[in-house]
Amino acid sequence: MPVTRGFFRRRPDGPEGRLPPGQYDVGSGWPVLTAEATPRIRPEDWTITVDGLVDRPTTWTWAEAQDLPRSTYTGDIHCVTTWSKFDVAFTGVSVDVLLEAAGPQPDAAFVLAHASTGYTTNLPLSDVTDGKAWVVWEFGGKPLAREHGGPVRLLVPHLYFWKSAKWVSRLELLAEDEPGFWERNGYHDRGDPWREQRYQGDA
Amino acid sequence: MSIEDVSPTVTAWTTGRVIEKELPTPTTVRLRMHVDDRLRHRPGQHYLIRLRAPDDYTAQRSYSLASDDSDPLLEFLVEKLPGGEVSEFLAEVAEVGDVLEMRGPIGRWFTWDTRTPALCLVGGTGVVPAVAMTRAARHAGAPGLVRVVAVGRSPDTLPYDDELRRSGATLAYTRHLDGTRPSGPPTVDELRPLLEGVEIAYVCGSSRFAGLAETLLRDCGVPMESIRVEQFGATG
Repeated sequence: MPVTRGFFRRRPDGPEGRLPPGQYDVGSGWPVLTAEATPRIRPEDWTITVDGLVDRPTTWTWAEAQDLPRSTYTGDIHCVTTWSKFDVAFTGVSVDVLLEAAGPQPDAAFVLAHASTGYTTNLPLSDVTDGKAWVVWEFGGKPLAREHGGPVRLLVPHLYFWKSAKWVSRLELLAEDEPGFWERNGYHDRGDPWREQRYQGDA
Repeated sequence: MSIEDVSPTVTAWTTGRVIEKELPTPTTVRLRMHVDDRLRHRPGQHYLIRLRAPDDYTAQRSYSLASDDSDPLLEFLVEKLPGGEVSEFLAEVAEVGDVLEMRGPIGRWFTWDTRTPALCLVGGTGVVPAVAMTRAARHAGAPGLVRVVAVGRSPDTLPYDDELRRSGATLAYTRHLDGTRPSGPPTVDELRPLLEGVEIAYVCGSSRFAGLAETLLRDCGVPMESIRVEQFGATG
């Protein structure tokens, strides 16, 4: 592609090796992007279910989830709209803990994450296992704000952030990949920011 | 065949040439662009514009289309954000004849199917997709299908206010008296009659505006699942 007449880099590169191609450092901001009306969900009304191709379909209430072993992700997040945010800290429970309780069956290869709004997003199972994904309710040590998916959202920080479904309520394990909300609407099925898998048609 | 059937899911990068450029207000730029091998689009969809520096550094942002599919050119109305590396370039550096990298149409959710009775509750530069929807409705010979309530501080912060007024939109100024209504945000009483027969509501504007608009629609009894939202923050 040709160079754009009169356009020059004004932004620094960001920390070495941490800014994926086409992204910029948003600094202290955290833009809010949603497709649906923002729901008001009381923690005591929230539950999360792991079902589909599992041996033991399991549902946790808010109180039960709080009793699970906690873990914190500290690192970076990347939005498909090209902002990245460095050194964030989310706390919740590793998806590994939920899956271990539910017992994925051998043919489970994909996850369709559902939000209580009806939003869905699809992920390969291998992208939410081995310490790569969390169900989180704290950001920076404080309760996760409603507009950022509170009380509880999915966190899959190595993929573009639309995969980190806000208001997550269900992880459905599937044998075949099934496109979620944005994926049906033109966004990439995997969404790896380091390979710039933003839209359908990207390699 | 409806536009729903022809609007593509898979898109690739191409280039577009600036055919017209104007600065309607000090903080906005309106571009009309020609794209070779253009794909068809639905009102409400957006395009990516990508700028490339000599060292191959790139910056891309997505911008809503104001034009409908029948327009031979693509039209964008971009708000110039302080320090916005793409929006400032488009407003201050880009000239007629320049070629930019483009990709689209993107987004198949915040779109209007040109058939369903709809209301757009939009604020500031969030009017842009509503403009595309009203143009598509006029082109389809059914201008009454899309009702627009556009909110801005004053006329100079509400792009396309003349076009919207001519198409019958309600313009609500929060800090300006225009003689038709008291200044202030739209009220439940103003909105409710406009919602009669409406099956889908589109909200577009800043995060703060979207929050207020959702509350207002809910107070009017619009079910949450009938509300589609596109909100933007200062992402440059």
